[in-house]
Amino acid sequence: MSIVEQIRLALRALSVNKLRSTLTMLGIIIGVGAVITLLSVGQGVQALVADQLQSIGTNLLFVVPGNLDRGAMGRGSSGLTLSLKDAEAIADPFNVPDAMGVAPEVMGSADVSYGKITLRLTVSGVTPSYEWVRNFPVAYGNFIDVTDVSTQARVALLGSRIAERFFEESDSYPIGATIKINNIPFKVIGVLQQKGGTSGPGGNQDETILVPLSTAHQRLFPRFYNRQGEAMLSVVYVQVVSENRMEAAAEQIGELLRQRHAIRFQDEADFTVINQQDLLSIFGQITGVLTIFLGAIAGISLLVGGIGIMNIMLVSVTERTREIGLRKAVGAKRRHILLQFLIESVVLAVIGGLLGVVLGAAGAFGISRLQSDLHAVVTPQSILLATGFSAAVGLFFGIYPATRASRLNPIEALRYE
Amino acid sequence: MVVSLAPAAPAGPDMAAGPVIEIEGLTKVYQMGDVQVHALRGVSLTVCQGEMVAIMGPSGSGKSTLMNIIGCLDQPTAGRYRLAGEDVARLNDDQLADIRNRRIGFVFQSFNLLARTDALANVELPLIYSGTRVAERRSRARAALDMVGLGDRLHHRPNELSGGQQQRVAIARALVNRPSIIMADEPTGNLDSKAGAEVMGIFQRLNIEQGITVILVTHEPDIAEHTRRIVRLYDGLIDSDTQVAEPRVAGDTAYAARLGRPRGC
Repeated sequence: MSIVEQIRLALRALSVNKLRSTLTMLGIIIGVGAVITLLSVGQGVQALVADQLQSIGTNLLFVVPGNLDRGAMGRGSSGLTLSLKDAEAIADPFNVPDAMGVAPEVMGSADVSYGKITLRLTVSGVTPSYEWVRNFPVAYGNFIDVTDVSTQARVALLGSRIAERFFEESDSYPIGATIKINNIPFKVIGVLQQKGGTSGPGGNQDETILVPLSTAHQRLFPRFYNRQGEAMLSVVYVQVVSENRMEAAAEQIGELLRQRHAIRFQDEADFTVINQQDLLSIFGQITGVLTIFLGAIAGISLLVGGIGIMNIMLVSVTERTREIGLRKAVGAKRRHILLQFLIESVVLAVIGGLLGVVLGAAGAFGISRLQSDLHAVVTPQSILLATGFSAAVGLFFGIYPATRASRLNPIEALRYE
Repeated sequence: MVVSLAPAAPAGPDMAAGPVIEIEGLTKVYQMGDVQVHALRGVSLTVCQGEMVAIMGPSGSGKSTLMNIIGCLDQPTAGRYRLAGEDVARLNDDQLADIRNRRIGFVFQSFNLLARTDALANVELPLIYSGTRVAERRSRARAALDMVGLGDRLHHRPNELSGGQQQRVAIARALVNRPSIIMADEPTGNLDSKAGAEVMGIFQRLNIEQGITVILVTHEPDIAEHTRRIVRLYDGLIDSDTQVAEPRVAGDTAYAARLGRPRGC
């Protein structure tokens, strides 16, 4: 008997008791559905995070005040340990030869208003290099230039979402308009390109407002001057020449700043250099562990589904004892009966697996719809993995019932009531 | 078409020479806990090609055991059993299955048809296990159903057929693989007298027209008298082996004289 015929036979046997077959499959359906959804969402999250970290800029080091290894703001409780002078020192190619660009930033929240709308937003003071170090070009208008910084010009760039919220309703052109930040009038000189993403340093990247660094220090955030009157920073972005120089650059910066801050050999630093790649791999590890953990739960569900299949197959063997006896009487050998029941349980499991794939794909699609930035894609590999695994479950849990069926004594089986 | 379904005998090379069943000193002992049950205590029996034999006996006489051994469903404890010239007393499960498939057609009291499976597919069943190709399976099953007069009921399921019709499907299934013998275990036990007579008529017709050897196990004397020879078992031994002078005829009376005349030996 050909395999196609065997499968057709199995399908017919399963269709005799549709409700029972469906309920039996449910375990596999849920298990496989969970695996598919988790895999695709996990991959989606990983892709999203990688994407967002990349959108901040490439080959970046983040230098932040405080020692992150020792809790949030380690020693300098004010958090003011990173000065503009430090940033300038890092930008000096004699100090950090692997640094290609340096972008200092001060960040704080402020009330921003235009017309009747007032929003509490993150305002960043930046220098012209921010545009290319952070990969944050303008959609239209101009970026902050050197003159703006040196003259502490009251000019501002709007994130794309802010521009929409302020100017869409009144249908006016943003550039040249005057907005107020903490009641200080600023002239809008440009709108930033849309970045997408829900999170970046300081919230949504598309809801940020950029002003010249000097203006931010002078007019918006005077608390960023330390007692000596030095301008301090929230973060310094350092773009490194190439990916394989990241470690070297981080070391150069660390050494430079320890020296500048006069930190002795045995003391801990009052700043932290964060590698973009490290962030990616740390996040990868976290999602990896999470995926394994969720996968194990899904695996348990598959196991339970498999036990359900075994249970039903045993019932089916008992119910069909006479059929087995008859088949043996007319010449079925052990392997014929074995194969018949094995194929039946594998078919049951694989159909469950395929329905599970559909369920899982629907789940992934639903989550993608709810969270528009997350693209949970069902890959062919995960479909193959899921169906292969459910076939294996069907095979494994089918062996015992099928063996029992094949060992039945035809005389007793025919006499069975 | 009908001719193609006849067993290879009487002209067949392997069977014309000798009897289809040769049994000598057959014993069967069951171990029931500490007790040994002697179901058969030394049965010798020869059945020739083309015979129609009834095996009778009260319950516990060993007739079921004998039938199981003749039908190659069971193995004797001791003794010799040759089926169509082939020694089948010492075979393993799979070899027995093969013999059953090629040599024996079973008809049971309770029909044992597969529910939710149409008549044609039920009749095809033995051919599936002999590895016959689909097209040939179809045509042979169709021919077998024609022979039992169900050519117009190919796609009826068992629950759409009467008891007599179901048993005729079972007979078609028994003869579809051109067996050496048809073993019928109380074939009329679940049928009313009219349907029973119909079934017996088919057995007689197959025996006369096709020369098929029929072995019938029954406890109804009426049914047994449809055959030419009655073997009575008692307490594990053959009690009597008698010829029926004038068998009852359940169909065309013109056949009567030819019923159950051995052709092979």
